[in-house]
Amino acid sequence: MIEEKFASGRSFIHQLDPKIRIIASIILSFAAALCDNLYIAGFYFIISSILITMAKLKWMDVVNRLKPLFWFLLMIWIILPLTFDGETVYQYYGLRITVSGVILCCKITIKSITILLIFTALIATMTVASLGNGLHRLYVPDKMVFLLLMSYRYIAVIEEEYKRLLRAAKFRGFNPKTNLHSYKTFAYLAGMLFVRASLRAQRVHQAMLCRGFNQKFHTLDVYQPNRLNSIFLMGIFAASLSLVIFEIMWI
Amino acid sequence: MTDNSSVIRLEDISYSYPGSNTNVLDHLNLEINKGDRIGMMAPNGSGKTTLLHTIMGLCKPESGTIEVFGKLLKNEKDFIPVRSKIGLLFQDSDDQLFCPTVLDDVAFGPLNLGFSPQDAIDTARNTLERLGIQILEGHVTHRLSGGQKRLVALAAVLAMEPEVLLLDEPTAGLDHKVKEKLIHILNSLDISYFVISHEFDFAKAVTDKIYSMEDGKILRDDEIHIHRHEHVHKHGRHPHNHK
Ligand SMILES: Nc1ncnc2c1ncn2[C@@H]1O[C@H](COP(=O)(O)OP(=O)(O)OP(=O)(O)O)[C@@H](O)[C@H]1O
Ligand SMILES: [Mg+2]
Repeated sequence: MIEEKFASGRSFIHQLDPKIRIIASIILSFAAALCDNLYIAGFYFIISSILITMAKLKWMDVVNRLKPLFWFLLMIWIILPLTFDGETVYQYYGLRITVSGVILCCKITIKSITILLIFTALIATMTVASLGNGLHRLYVPDKMVFLLLMSYRYIAVIEEEYKRLLRAAKFRGFNPKTNLHSYKTFAYLAGMLFVRASLRAQRVHQAMLCRGFNQKFHTLDVYQPNRLNSIFLMGIFAASLSLVIFEIMWI
Repeated sequence: MTDNSSVIRLEDISYSYPGSNTNVLDHLNLEINKGDRIGMMAPNGSGKTTLLHTIMGLCKPESGTIEVFGKLLKNEKDFIPVRSKIGLLFQDSDDQLFCPTVLDDVAFGPLNLGFSPQDAIDTARNTLERLGIQILEGHVTHRLSGGQKRLVALAAVLAMEPEVLLLDEPTAGLDHKVKEKLIHILNSLDISYFVISHEFDFAKAVTDKIYSMEDGKILRDDEIHIHRHEHVHKHGRHPHNHK
């Protein structure tokens, strides 16, 4: 089950309209992705950290969320400095570590962490239902929103089914080894998983229809129209715009 | 209570699942009138669930007509408004609970009916309270026990204030106390319902007549008399019913 761990807070960020948060995160992450200066990227990083603090998220949890990214970054740090052309800072026989390679790595690291922090602070702090609702009000086509919501639900369902099947097999003494019987069992499990998941998806859809589902998304989360919404959006917009202009004009 | 206006009327319905050529429903007729409290006891695989799904328009019959509240239902569009007036409790509650928390799930129906979030929450809370499960409100649905899921699913159905209830084995997996509560709840409702159950005691306590199914057709009270008699004797202590 995908946990909406960050969605339950009561901070200032949590009370912002999903629509506003989606727009703000898109503006900020675009600006951050396009900037080409290490110091400016640092500024974006600071902004994103402020957002995380404002959302009152625990840094430990956030770092845990970023773990997969760290593996990716580690790979980049191993490969890029060695393969990039430029001034050499360190040489060990044939291996050369270049300055521009290291700088590029720093940029990629800061930018990718920044963008994930932005999305964690602004998007992960709403339930998927609210996200769907926000996208819907931003005129994203219903089908796309539906796809998002359904895959979110069905992934959880499929995982559940898989666990159930594996449990059933284990309770009957199945002990995976490297032999034909084990491979065959896993193939059965996989096949069964698809059948079950699609049948269940069908039944869930039927159940939704029975309860008046009409391709529209409603949430229980109410977002009061609030001046803070527009102030927040203006603030984000002004900050990114000034950083972009600053980079173009002076650097 | 009975003013005999027909709520659901199936005529000459035949249905077979795609890819199979045995008719699960075979020229079946069924009428549920206002105030009817009908029980359905029939063997596994006789097509009870299929029957309910056909009424809701989830299985499209090959022949026959479905009339609900006097209106003929032909295509998907006709079924949409009707579905919120018929409450179907699925045989497997896992299919029915798809929202993260219990409150979300129970409020899903009312929200679709156009309630404001606050009203939907109020309705959901009231329904949970009526079933005595208000403490489950904030629980995560997929972590509930089987019996709890059943009750939450029932709450989700009742929250839409349906005019007819179709219950697919509501007592499966419920303990004695909860079953008693369910009997009490059903008896205090003044809407018509159709209950599938394998438990004679339960069916007897909440319904006025009991139907059965065989060969894709409905057998009415008088036709299943013998069957029921046998059943009573098998389980001993229940008083039997000679009509
Ligand atoms: N999705 C399906 N595809 C093909 N055949 C099906 C499907 N679902 C049910 N059937 C078949 O239709 C028949 C009736 O099934 P149904 O689920 O309506 O029985 P039921 O009376 O509800 O049984 P139970 O008491 O076990 O719930 C069964 O013979 C079953 O094999
Ligand atoms: Mg059934």
